[in-house]
Amino acid sequence: MSEILLQIDGREVKATEGMTILEAAQSVGIFIPTLCHHEKLEPYGGCRLCIVEVENRGRTNLVVSCVYPVEENLVVTTRSEKIDRIRKTILELQLAHAPDAFELQALAKEYGADRDRFEKEASFCIHCGLCVRYCAEVKKKHAVGFVDRGTRKEISFIPEIAAKECWDCKECFPLCPTEALQAAFVLTKALSS
Amino acid sequence: MSRINSPAELDEFRKNILSERDPNKPCITLCAGSACIATGSGDVALSLEAEIVKQGLRDKVDLRKTGCHGYCERGPMIVIHPEEISYFQVQPKDAAEIISETIKEKKIIKRLLYTDPDTKEKIVKESEIPFYKHQERLVFGSNGSIDPKSIDDYLAIGGYGALKKALYDMTPESVLEEVKKSNLRGRGGGGFPAGRKWEGSRDDPEPIKYVIVNADEGDPGAYMDRSLLEGNPHSILEGLTLGAYAIGSHEGYIYVRQEYPLAVENVLLAIKTAEEYGFLGKNILGSGFDFEVKVHQGAGAFVCGESTALMTALEGRVGEPRPKYIRSNIKGFWEKPSVLNNVETWANVPLIINKGADWFTQYGTEGSKGTKIFSLVGKIVNTGLVEVPMGMPLKDIIYKIGGGIPNGKKFKAVQTGGPSGGCIPEDLLDLPVGFDELTKAGSMMGSGGMIVMDEDTCMVDVARYFIAFLTDESCGKCVPCREGLRQMLKILTRITEGKGRQDDIQLLKDLAETAKGAALCALGKSAPNPFLSTLRYFENEYEAHINEKRCPALSCKELIAYYIDPTQCKACMICARKCPADAIDGGKNKIHLIDQEKCTKCGTCYEVCPSRFSAVTRISGEPVPDPIPEEERIIRKRKKK
Repeated sequence: MSEILLQIDGREVKATEGMTILEAAQSVGIFIPTLCHHEKLEPYGGCRLCIVEVENRGRTNLVVSCVYPVEENLVVTTRSEKIDRIRKTILELQLAHAPDAFELQALAKEYGADRDRFEKEASFCIHCGLCVRYCAEVKKKHAVGFVDRGTRKEISFIPEIAAKECWDCKECFPLCPTEALQAAFVLTKALSS
Repeated sequence: MSRINSPAELDEFRKNILSERDPNKPCITLCAGSACIATGSGDVALSLEAEIVKQGLRDKVDLRKTGCHGYCERGPMIVIHPEEISYFQVQPKDAAEIISETIKEKKIIKRLLYTDPDTKEKIVKESEIPFYKHQERLVFGSNGSIDPKSIDDYLAIGGYGALKKALYDMTPESVLEEVKKSNLRGRGGGGFPAGRKWEGSRDDPEPIKYVIVNADEGDPGAYMDRSLLEGNPHSILEGLTLGAYAIGSHEGYIYVRQEYPLAVENVLLAIKTAEEYGFLGKNILGSGFDFEVKVHQGAGAFVCGESTALMTALEGRVGEPRPKYIRSNIKGFWEKPSVLNNVETWANVPLIINKGADWFTQYGTEGSKGTKIFSLVGKIVNTGLVEVPMGMPLKDIIYKIGGGIPNGKKFKAVQTGGPSGGCIPEDLLDLPVGFDELTKAGSMMGSGGMIVMDEDTCMVDVARYFIAFLTDESCGKCVPCREGLRQMLKILTRITEGKGRQDDIQLLKDLAETAKGAALCALGKSAPNPFLSTLRYFENEYEAHINEKRCPALSCKELIAYYIDPTQCKACMICARKCPADAIDGGKNKIHLIDQEKCTKCGTCYEVCPSRFSAVTRISGEPVPDPIPEEERIIRKRKKK
């Protein structure tokens, strides 16, 4: 693995080939907010909160750090007016679903996000997919999945699998950034029907 | 049919086809594209066939069911060769006369000809009709002259000649160079230079590479790719094979939406016959080059037109875009170098190889070479598919080819580039069409949709409509698109309902910035365009809706009222009888009155009120006048003297 030198927020960072910007930043203690990222899971790039600015060969781009691979001489900025504004809007959109989630509230405070800016939505799932992906990638059970598309998309347990696997596992519950309630509720519903 | 194994055999075979065809034998080409089928071209075909037999001309005249001719507004249409006599809106009952008069007697049936709306002159030849005269039909032109189900028809017009030339007279490198030199840019939306995309794949060390046709055309009102695939499938196969040869691929895919059954049927047949003839499969034309093509039918998700989503779907998984920062021409389908171009792009390739890049680049502008097919729809006289050289001003497309706006209405805007494109206002109509020009104007080329709107169209409602479409088609993976569009749609809907708030424009702007900057794929990144471009050119309409609760186009139902002007109403009862909500009070000789409580704003009264009275009007942004006193509602008839 060859070593790659890049710059994050003015600091020289040594990374290895194949690492993402997020991993490189985390390795030197630079914090980038995430909601759908989990170290045991494949990068997903769904919440877009970890967006950063990269400059390479004179061009500046917005990219999400959890999937963007490190490149030699890349100049990364993890906070700017524009990044903060985008993160604020993303958080406000999520808060419309889960206004009381602790994780979101802490980030909302940091970015000045207003939880009442957008009309509330009657679901507290923020579609980070942590439960779905953990079950598929780590547990290899596929007991919970996404159904439907777009704004109608929701998580759903497959009753036949859930009845066999879930009661003794429930490892996805604590992963849920909206406090496990969503997963628990949907699971119960699936098993009682 | 035995396979053709060498260029000499192909030349010989082509010569035989041509020698069997008498150019002076009458040939009726009947448009059998989807639009003409919908207007009854199937029945016209049956009647013509029956009449040909009945009048004893079975061997004396050919009837050829071709692909789309483009002039869908006036279908079903036929062109009789060699004289090029064109008849429009042909009905089955016209068949007998067409055969007895035009075919037998060489007499022209005037009522079936095109009539110039200005001069009232009848025009006989297809190529002299204004709709066609101003076009440059390089890619689309063959559609009207060949039967898409006949490979011999394609060979008769020189088909697979480019393939022969490439395999025997050119190296893969020189094919690539020619395409690069032509500066052919992707016709599917992005406008990325095809040659550069191909080169990336070609140079990659990975030995397995793929070429893919994107035929997942899903823009509302767009059907260019459909018509090409239905009408000239071999040209796409030939282009794809040339691409495969250039980059060193041996496997190709056509990703076509299931909603295009005729396209699927014709392309499957084309692949089968091309394999039989030796234009596909092992050892193509005896050259040693192997290439096979498979068809994959999409299950109906708009987002699968996006390259990474398409490849994910092709692999058999849910069609969601991938968060990759490595281009798909390096890591695409099954993580292998994959060149994905849309139907029209591939269809251009045989022309470039046949006639050369220098020929190709004489058409178009500095940045956009060649021609582009547009589907011209909406409030336009001549609806249809048009192919024009890049650089033609929008005005010429809309007025010279499209024939302008019907019913004496005023032009308001043209929406280009599909749902994620933008609206271009009247003062920019001199804009030449090209990738960069349209992008600069806040819209885009997209795949070539062109929806014309007149003064009755509300631009806020247009933005709402397209955002609704995109919300429905978002895959839902990333927040800026899924949640951002959901909220944008709510806000735009409330503005059109007169419930807009002062900070709504700012909210929309923030959502647009977030989607543009942070969405995962091209669909999400371009999704705010319908809002941004209408705001840019029609901000006054947004302000009128929000501040004055007024819809300037008198279109948003919640913001308008229908009102009968008592000074104009002649108490004729037409509107009162037609009103489905029973909301009109009145009687013979009693001026009519709309009960605003009961009115559902369907607009029937407005449409049926005789134009000589024009008593029904639409009001927006102001209160409906109080009804006149009951005694004044009686119209006294003048006594006849």
